[in-house]
Amino acid sequence: MTSMATGKETAQREQRASLVPLPRPADETIDGDRLSDVDEWGRSEHIRNLARRLYGPLYKHWFRVEWEGLEKIPKTGGALLVANHAGAIPSDAPVIMHGIEEELGRPVYGLADYFFREAPWVGTMWARAGGVPAHPDNARRILRDQGQLVLVFPEGTKGPSKTYTDRYRLRRFGRGGFIEIAMRAGVPVIPIAVVGAEESMPILFRVPRLAKLIGVPYFPVTANMMLFGPLGLGLYFPAKFKLRVLDPVTFNVPPAQERYSKSRVMEEAETIRMHLQETLYEMLRERRSVWFG
Amino acid sequence: MGRRVLITGLDTFWGGRMAQALESDPEVEMILGMGTREPSVALERTEFVRADQTYSILSRIVRATQVDTIVHTFLVVDSSRTSGRALHEINVIGTMNLLAAAGQTGSPVRQVVVKSSTLVYGSASTDPVWFREEMSRTSPARTRVERSLLEVEGLVRDFAEDNPATVVTVLRFANVLGTDIVTPISSNLSRSLCPSVAGYDPLLQFVEEDDVVRCLEHVTRHRVPGLYNVAGAGKLPWSEVSEMCGTRLLPLPPVATLSVAAPLVRLGLIDFPPELGDILRYGRGVDTSRLTKTGFTCRYTSAGTVENFIRALRLRRSVGKPPASYTYEQDIEQFFRHSSAIVHISGDA
Repeated sequence: MTSMATGKETAQREQRASLVPLPRPADETIDGDRLSDVDEWGRSEHIRNLARRLYGPLYKHWFRVEWEGLEKIPKTGGALLVANHAGAIPSDAPVIMHGIEEELGRPVYGLADYFFREAPWVGTMWARAGGVPAHPDNARRILRDQGQLVLVFPEGTKGPSKTYTDRYRLRRFGRGGFIEIAMRAGVPVIPIAVVGAEESMPILFRVPRLAKLIGVPYFPVTANMMLFGPLGLGLYFPAKFKLRVLDPVTFNVPPAQERYSKSRVMEEAETIRMHLQETLYEMLRERRSVWFG
Repeated sequence: MGRRVLITGLDTFWGGRMAQALESDPEVEMILGMGTREPSVALERTEFVRADQTYSILSRIVRATQVDTIVHTFLVVDSSRTSGRALHEINVIGTMNLLAAAGQTGSPVRQVVVKSSTLVYGSASTDPVWFREEMSRTSPARTRVERSLLEVEGLVRDFAEDNPATVVTVLRFANVLGTDIVTPISSNLSRSLCPSVAGYDPLLQFVEEDDVVRCLEHVTRHRVPGLYNVAGAGKLPWSEVSEMCGTRLLPLPPVATLSVAAPLVRLGLIDFPPELGDILRYGRGVDTSRLTKTGFTCRYTSAGTVENFIRALRLRRSVGKPPASYTYEQDIEQFFRHSSAIVHISGDA
């Protein structure tokens, strides 16, 4: 009886307390209950999880992805992952992000052109899946302040837009911006060589006029389109994917500097490019079949 | 001698709130508010003087009252309630007159605080996710309100350069939500349908109205010089904001957005000033670490601001709007004749 009465009393007191909120201490932060897990970059772990579940079978059974040297990617702290970029609609970005997130259990943010942000629906999905506009300040924050993994393709659109005749020939590495990003953030650059993306959606030729008309960087006509018609836009060939993580490259420069010696930056970029190019050739020398590796 | 503070836009939301906040500060000896209309909030010791919206009378007032601080809250950041011409007059010409008064020879003014907006950064696909104060916008300013605010900040920068002895503070506030303030975003969120741009779900940042006043007070009290972003911590997607507020999204087409919105605005279904078209596409985030270093942080996070807003909205829906309990009656002549705010410099008092 007594315990019931006290229980009732407490309930009443609680009710009263919720009706008349007491003044909160002045230094207390007032946060709200979030309904989603979208972070400041627009990435949602929930959506990534969903994407990984859908992409899993493709990763495992279609591309049959094999990694080499995955242990070179740190389990904590920031690092800038750079890779060669290929395929009309690049298949390498989702493979790398999926692989690392599954194997290491840590998120990967992908830096890409502003163009993605402008495209309705595509841009939103891209951001939720971990895409971030490639602004130097964004990169510095994710890498330096938050110690995350960031993936970038230094070739930019020049990589995936090249035709099949140029396969596995690395394009220019932009202006070496990725080196400056890593230097400023004080993180290592980890190159990843990807074999397989080129053959998953090879470009036969491009239609620059059409690209200009619809406002995209390039308009490819792929072998997939020739074989499967419009379905070819989304259907990859089952090329065997092999990825090799190279040794992390560190730079002995003080971080957070406004500018770095351009010659040093270009030199480092070129060294990484050459190393990546040679690794690709080496991997191709070892490859017996496009489809079976 | 205590501080003598002049507040512009006493009749507007921020001027009234700021005057109320300063009244409780014993260090502030005198508060003088200027406005085009009578103040709509109860004030105990603030003196009110009516002026036209461009403040042409200001240099006389500054000389006569010997104010040492000017808090310039009267800048229009909501273009949906003001015509383009009035907006220019109020923001640009008003600030010009204000700075001219503050910079006149022998001016008693030691601090000028300007309440600007993060609208100066614009909103574009090429923006960084977080803007710092020294970054400039990445897209040209196309809307009237953004252009006028950029012009205002330019005037303030020039003033700061010409008057190195005066403390100049510019605060750029993110989108405000709160218990009382009405903005295009708050009125959209109060309706059952709320506009969005189809295919975009931008991340937005909010600041609570109490934090706005607290921040103005903070920089005034501590005479903090410089340019600062003010916003609640964190960001949240527009879809989530609308879901928290229990409103449904009405997606407008990504092309010809403004032309489709125009008839809906006219019908009173939505509020859609041109600035909103940009921010509902690309959102905006500002870095507030510079302000944090001065010893101020917003109490409400962005999510906390939205939640506080929706709680106040639910209460208002249940009990209705509180009736206006206050009307102001006094005119400018009486002020000059009887007010203790007037300083008789010649010593004949």
